[in-house]
Amino acid sequence: MDLQIALLLGQDGIVTGAIYALLALALVLVFAVTRVIFIPQGEFVAYGALTLAGIQSGQTPGTIWLLLALGIAVTAVDAPASLRAGRGRLLRLVASQLVYPIVIIALLLGGSPRNWPLLLQVLLALAVVVPLGPQLYRLVYQPIAEATVLVLLIASVALHLTLVGLGLLFFGAEGSRTPAFSEASFDLGALTVSGQSLWVIAASLFLIVALYFFFEKSLYGKALRATAVNRAGARLMGISTTLAGRLTFLLAAAIGALSGILIAPITTVYYDTGFLIGLKGFVGAIIGGLASYPVAAAGAVLVGLLESFSSFWASAFKEVIVFTLIIPVLLWRSLTTRHVEEEE
Amino acid sequence: MKLHKPSLLALAFAAGLAGQAFADINVGVVVSATGPAASLGIPEKNTIALMPTSIGGEKVNYIVLDDASDTTTAVKDTRKLLTEDKVDVIVGSTITPNSLAMIDVVAEAETPMISMAASARIVDTSNPKVKWVFKTPQNDIQMSTAIVEHMTSAGIKTVAFIGFADAYGEGWFQEFSKIAEARKLQIVANERYNRNDTSVTGQVLKIIAAKPDAVLIAGSGTPAALPQKTLKEKGYKGAFYQTHGVANKDFLRVCGKDCEGTLLPAGPVLVAAQLPDSNPIKKVALDYVTKYEAAHGKGSASTFGAHAWDAGILLQHAVPVALKKAKPGTKEFKAALRDALEGLKNVTVSHGIVNMSPTDHLGFDQRARVMVKIENGDWKLIQ
Repeated sequence: MDLQIALLLGQDGIVTGAIYALLALALVLVFAVTRVIFIPQGEFVAYGALTLAGIQSGQTPGTIWLLLALGIAVTAVDAPASLRAGRGRLLRLVASQLVYPIVIIALLLGGSPRNWPLLLQVLLALAVVVPLGPQLYRLVYQPIAEATVLVLLIASVALHLTLVGLGLLFFGAEGSRTPAFSEASFDLGALTVSGQSLWVIAASLFLIVALYFFFEKSLYGKALRATAVNRAGARLMGISTTLAGRLTFLLAAAIGALSGILIAPITTVYYDTGFLIGLKGFVGAIIGGLASYPVAAAGAVLVGLLESFSSFWASAFKEVIVFTLIIPVLLWRSLTTRHVEEEE
Repeated sequence: MKLHKPSLLALAFAAGLAGQAFADINVGVVVSATGPAASLGIPEKNTIALMPTSIGGEKVNYIVLDDASDTTTAVKDTRKLLTEDKVDVIVGSTITPNSLAMIDVVAEAETPMISMAASARIVDTSNPKVKWVFKTPQNDIQMSTAIVEHMTSAGIKTVAFIGFADAYGEGWFQEFSKIAEARKLQIVANERYNRNDTSVTGQVLKIIAAKPDAVLIAGSGTPAALPQKTLKEKGYKGAFYQTHGVANKDFLRVCGKDCEGTLLPAGPVLVAAQLPDSNPIKKVALDYVTKYEAAHGKGSASTFGAHAWDAGILLQHAVPVALKKAKPGTKEFKAALRDALEGLKNVTVSHGIVNMSPTDHLGFDQRARVMVKIENGDWKLIQ
């Protein structure tokens, strides 16, 4: 191995690591606020990428029907409570859960988004996939929000399997790619850096910084942090844990879908691609103890680098090497941290 | 409890009679319509729906179960078909591990089975249980020979191999390396990747460093495009060979212009329209393609679905012979059907011409494969 190969591998590792880092952040966020180990995180990656691919190839992505179906379900579940709370609440519910999906469907079917500029197509794909996050939180996790971590985990596994199955139904078994955001490439000495990989790294850094400011400066971000630190305490301070949950899932879905849209030009995305990407983000999140954002992000980049270099040296054992990383980390964590009983 | 025994017996007897009253032929189908092998299993499942509903004047029922590409489920499905649906023959499964696991079950129940998976081990007749097992796809070894022959005649001396890190890639490497060694073709790199990998940069750099004349990529469906795209992106200029696992339209769609000039062996059905009219396979293959595309749209037919179609053709030839000896639903009928399948001679299917024998439960010869080149985003027959 010479320096050039090492540099190429390093570059590749950092690009994949950046995506893993985003997912690791989303996983840490969801776990901290709602105690849910969000296994379906990866499905948003696949849904985001394949919805965009569907829009670009002129097919109707099946996710819009899921959006409408979940909207109807949420309306049915929430209608009685909203009715009691007044007309305004009911109108808002109907607008967000029924009118919104129908508007999106009309845009997709009637607006021929195939010919739109890329940025608008990306926004449309996000508009389809991101609301699925809060909808799923309302239907799956909110009714069992007070349950133990184990019950929430089991619900996550079930949701993951359901979403993978639906993914197969919506997008078929074969994968898709989307055109690159930028065809440009730059020569840095021996290295060729593609425009798309710069996009991935820049978008990841931007999101990480944006999340930092969201949590540090905005009221909603502070509310989420408060919920993460102490649910009961936050509720006593008038913070709605339900709202916190929905907001968290909105963020998680947005991060997932955006990650998918970012990697779709680099690699072929399949209906079940997300799981493995999510799992590697999870390894990063575990390195951060499911609590620390910077350590989780660094851990995820480490996973990306490790994956890249091990695929050079021993490609047949790549996954083994990556997932074995979790064992020394768990050992070290269990030796250095004191076990705390779950609160509540 | 003892009192109940006679009544139970009577019930079982009555049930047995009721079962005999239906003379329909029941075909149990196990396909991998979900899970990692879904891109192969779905066209197979679609093909079953196009099969004739009567053979030799008897009604045929197809009972299709999905094994989710999982070995345990395949065995469970097989047992269910045998005990609950009392099937006369099993068609399936899509992939090798599942088909291998099903052999024990069908041999125990003395029911013939026609597999749609590739490995030669499925019909290794040195195993006495394989007496009951037949299959329709070409063996890997036939395809490997075609590739090695093409490589040596093109003057290629060194080759790099990159395949799936599973039974498919491993099986291909074993067959390919054996033949390559015999033909003095040097394998300079041997790499693996996963179907779902987002990057193969590491493997590709190693291959480029080894400077091979050609690269053989052993993957199936769209995932086989990733190494080729990465190799092109990193500036590799040599020849590309793929396996027949990529022979569907989605692969062309995803790989795009990076796959121009790629060579692969395939069943003749892939280029049915380009076969010479003198080739008897052309008519059968075109018939399948027309029927499939009428139901699922232009360009939707694949070689995988054709394997299921071929299993149907074998049954259409064997069932009338077996019907002369016994009634469907009986043990005798299953045995007669097995004998009839083993005795099939000169049956033209969409992938070739079948001549079964007690030692050959596949029955294909050289006519079952052609070399194909990707040109202008489509398959082109070259020999």
